[in-house]
Amino acid sequence: MSDPSLQVALEQRGRIPLDVRFACAPGRTVALIGPSGAGKSTILRSIAGLYRPDVAVVRCAGSTWLDTARGIELAPHERRTGLVFQSYALFPHLTALENVAIALGHVPRAERRAAAIALLERVNLNGFEARRPGALSGGEQQRVALARALARDPAVLLLDEPFAAIDRRTRRHLREDLLRLRSQLRAPIVLVTHDLDDAIALADEIVVIDRGRMLQSGPARDVMTAPASDEVRAILDLSTPVL
Amino acid sequence: MDWTAFLLSLKLSAWTTVLLAPIGIWLARLLAFRVRRGKGVLEGIVALPLVLPPTVLGYYLLLSLGGNSTIGRLWTGVFGHGLVFTFQGLLLASMLVNLPFAVQPMQRAFESLPTDVREAAWVSGLTPFETFWRVELPLAWPGVLSSFVLTFAHTMGEFGVVLMVGGSIPGETKTAALAIYDRVQAFDQSSAGLMSVALVLVSVAAIAIVNVASSRVGRRHE
Repeated sequence: MSDPSLQVALEQRGRIPLDVRFACAPGRTVALIGPSGAGKSTILRSIAGLYRPDVAVVRCAGSTWLDTARGIELAPHERRTGLVFQSYALFPHLTALENVAIALGHVPRAERRAAAIALLERVNLNGFEARRPGALSGGEQQRVALARALARDPAVLLLDEPFAAIDRRTRRHLREDLLRLRSQLRAPIVLVTHDLDDAIALADEIVVIDRGRMLQSGPARDVMTAPASDEVRAILDLSTPVL
Repeated sequence: MDWTAFLLSLKLSAWTTVLLAPIGIWLARLLAFRVRRGKGVLEGIVALPLVLPPTVLGYYLLLSLGGNSTIGRLWTGVFGHGLVFTFQGLLLASMLVNLPFAVQPMQRAFESLPTDVREAAWVSGLTPFETFWRVELPLAWPGVLSSFVLTFAHTMGEFGVVLMVGGSIPGETKTAALAIYDRVQAFDQSSAGLMSVALVLVSVAAIAIVNVASSRVGRRHE
């Protein structure tokens, strides 16, 4: 039986140091948490195939996407990842519907339109099919980006700071949407955030990262109640317990 | 009005534009996305025809395409006739001269594409070619079109290199620009004037095409 979970092990010295090892089972969510510049996005990019660390193993859904020791490296389009970029990175010349449909390459051509409409409905964007990204609000653009990521039928869903550029109200809605999505999606989810509240709300496990190093990992509650070091305490912004 | 010369100019411009398109796109993407080390040197080589005096460029082309050159001998071996003072030789020279006009606008257009949009295409399952065809090219289209139009218009008016390499043979290498010069030398002002107006119209049309296309694409992206 092949292991359906996501397994990530990255090592690198030099300008962008990395020393991270974690796994995430289907239906579970891992939050990578750390200050900006900690290397969280680099980890996400390594999973998606947009960055290649010196020594790395990335396995997902029973297949090896990257194994530097064995010389295996799949191109980004050969990995089934759904990545929601921090900047959304929508295609500005395509409508919302086309933005989603373009990621449905694995679906027969005749069924793509209906599938894209269904995906837009799933992220509460019915009626927005014909709009271009320029005519959508930040929150709406993010939903299109999420629908596009889901369109890929991803073996892993990657979310890069999904709450960074949106207001409080949109943030609350998005959190609810992601929670709903999490219960429906049979794929591991990796969420990058610098906000502990988001991590607690959405993740089963958190991985605390600073300067590319994994400082601590485990269920959110455990990490919060028993931070392994002052560094972790500082990153999670927990007050020092009074002895 | 020397229609033969005018049609020859149109033919030369069209062929130069068509043949330079794939080469220009390839070079522009290479410079925009791939080359890091030595980028300045490669950009300099591409830009060289812009700064070299056309007669100097023509002289060196004449030397490197002539009967005693390697390229000239190879060409003669395969086709049975020389390259200089023929349409094919003229076309080859025209392509080299127009390299900066073809490459530079496209390079700027490809460079202005956000990296994450290209990455989003790959992650969405698009192969590098599909990414080029469905994302890069539509987004860079105004720059690509500018390249085509600039190449076409510039070839229509090229004089120095055309004279050096082509030698102004009627029907073979005598283009409209050479014909205008020829008519002026012969005190035939009315023919020279007519052909000049024709070239002005081609240039104005070229600018109009670029402007209309750019504003259309601009609206499309809003």
